[in-house]
Amino acid sequence: MKMTGAQIIVEALKREGVRHIFGYPGGVVLNIFDTLYDAKDIDLILTRHEQGAVHMADGYARSTGQVGVALVTSGPGATNTVTGLATAAMDSIPIVVFTGQVPTGLIGNDAFQEADIVGITRPCTKYNYLVKDVKDLAYTIKEAFYIASTGRPGPVVIDLPKDVTSSQANFVWPDEISIRSYNPTLEGNKWMIAKAAEEILKSKKPVIVAGGGIIASGASVELLELAELTQVPVTTTLMGIGGFPSTHKLSLGMPGMHGTFYANKSIQNADLLVAIGMRFDDRVTGKLDAFAPNAKIIHIDIDPTSIRKNVDVDVPIVGDSKKVLVVLNQIIKESEKHQWEEIRHSWLRQIEEWKKEHPMTYTFDEDIIKPQYVIEQLYEITEGKAIITTEVGQNQMWAAQYYKYDYPRTFLSSGGLGTMGYGFPAAIGAQMANPDKIVVDIAGDGSIQMNIQELATAVINKLPVKVMILNNGYLGMVRQWQELFFNERYSKTLLETDKIPDFVKVAEAYGAVGLRATKPSEVGDVIREALKTKAPVFMDFKVYWKEKVYPMVPAGASLDEMLFEETNKKDKKKLKADKIIMT
Amino acid sequence: MKHTISILVENKFGVLSRVAGLFSGRGYNIESISVGETIDSQISVMTIVTSGDDFIVEQINKQLNKLIDVIRVTDLFETDHVEREMILIKVAPKKEDRVEVLRLCEIFRGRVVDSSPKTFTLEVTGNESKITAFIELMKPMGVKEFTRSGKIAMAREGINKK
Repeated sequence: MKMTGAQIIVEALKREGVRHIFGYPGGVVLNIFDTLYDAKDIDLILTRHEQGAVHMADGYARSTGQVGVALVTSGPGATNTVTGLATAAMDSIPIVVFTGQVPTGLIGNDAFQEADIVGITRPCTKYNYLVKDVKDLAYTIKEAFYIASTGRPGPVVIDLPKDVTSSQANFVWPDEISIRSYNPTLEGNKWMIAKAAEEILKSKKPVIVAGGGIIASGASVELLELAELTQVPVTTTLMGIGGFPSTHKLSLGMPGMHGTFYANKSIQNADLLVAIGMRFDDRVTGKLDAFAPNAKIIHIDIDPTSIRKNVDVDVPIVGDSKKVLVVLNQIIKESEKHQWEEIRHSWLRQIEEWKKEHPMTYTFDEDIIKPQYVIEQLYEITEGKAIITTEVGQNQMWAAQYYKYDYPRTFLSSGGLGTMGYGFPAAIGAQMANPDKIVVDIAGDGSIQMNIQELATAVINKLPVKVMILNNGYLGMVRQWQELFFNERYSKTLLETDKIPDFVKVAEAYGAVGLRATKPSEVGDVIREALKTKAPVFMDFKVYWKEKVYPMVPAGASLDEMLFEETNKKDKKKLKADKIIMT
Repeated sequence: MKHTISILVENKFGVLSRVAGLFSGRGYNIESISVGETIDSQISVMTIVTSGDDFIVEQINKQLNKLIDVIRVTDLFETDHVEREMILIKVAPKKEDRVEVLRLCEIFRGRVVDSSPKTFTLEVTGNESKITAFIELMKPMGVKEFTRSGKIAMAREGINKK
């Protein structure tokens, strides 16, 4: 039976199991929107900005592991997706974004709302298509989902000229996809895995550094098994958070620039790093020459380009983290029995000492809200069961440091690109996919204003996301750098968010609920009240403006050079003086 | 170190920009690039001459392989191979040098593809150093313009590692 291009798209989406699409209409996608109007199985969520739509698809994908889908129009609609695509590309998130395009006959003519989106998005997608013939449409969609979700996942764009969506073809759905030029290596080299096992067995001071690949491949069970089998401590990168239980005694928290003292110390003193599904980002390694100077490195990653890109590796293993860990664990289990508790005793005791030397702490204050305290309270009240999304900056780092994540896919954050404005729409996408879970965006007063318009999407679609604004009146992370490295010259980081906007009133204007806490004693009540509310809530926490994220490895320094919160008398006096200014 | 990399790609819309964009986006260097059909009309071959230390060249190879439309990447640096380049060069020699130009062309096994009362256009093929040498010899004769094709290359049959 002949179908229009628009009908083919909707049928293909159904076959791919798509239930939700985040989209924004426009001239050249009217055919598709018209067909979706009747599609009972697919829920089309109208966002308020195309960037929001892509981040929602991303949050949907991160929280479920399924491919997220967005649909936008040509020209500005398409260019507005670029930040969302780049965010997903950097963090290896499977999404498929459909963009409208002017009719094939007009392409290249600078037609109204025309943009060369295939050209524009080439470097920030895993792959992209311009469909020129309706006969290719069904196959292209199937292939796009396949490419997005296999190997190292990533975003795929399908550009759809208007005439392609209106002309007709038979619907031919391929049984499977095979691309001769695309065959990701999933099984690791057996010999290399055996070598990795051997290195782990003979190491005295090993550390596992686990990244987002653990979550993408669903390997958290295997990771836990490996860690427990051989008593190796685990540090999870920002992208790996939730891949290993934060509350486990072998957990070291996060490494790197704002990592824990003990994670960085362990890396710097290790004789073996087992890097799994991570890519040695500069925020993780600090100064490369001084990174893990005594360690051999085993690197497991599905993407060959990640291996030996930044650091030299002794045992490279290209493969899917889960598949490799299954084999690795099997080899270790079959090897000679070791008394691991005994063998690791002195290494783990050393780490315990580092934990005592510089635990993750901050100075609580009775009069003024510390942002870390807000997050700790959220953790206690939600019992660690919420899905947390973050914006970017101090809020992101505190969310990584002070909430504890025991389950994968519960910490959604723009790690690679560092996209302000990501967290709120991502939370909406995650809430759509997880209607029964508590979803909280831990935000800053700067970031939340970058996609604040999506509050309408949340309210209208009855998605009760909670936004926790750590309102310090500044672009806090940049201000922190200015304080530490630019002589306290706060060039354009003062947002005056103590006055503009009034977040409570903003929430109310959108038909959401706004709550505010100005004293530590109010924090718990505000959180409890928000969680009771069956609607989106903005929680405005007026926090200490000068609080900084610690520990901190300055950019370009080695992981050994960490800065900590000052606690001497002079600074305490300063704190009081600052308080006076605040009040 | 210079590397000649031969890349088999799907002959699809935009594939050249994917490869070229990879080089520019990641700051790799392209010294020459040539693209053409292969025996299979669905497949094109690109020959790229690039340079970098071992780490960079390893990354270039891996990044190329990662592109969805790339079927196979062969770094000919490690392989015994033949490579050829072609030049079209237009010279305007003085009257007394006209015979010398033709003689040099013959020595380089070139051909005259166009001639006018004042100029010759010559075609020479060979490896890079031969072409460069020919240009050097022509310079005193009065070179008006030239076009180099960029290198194409192919592994030798039956002989592998150097």
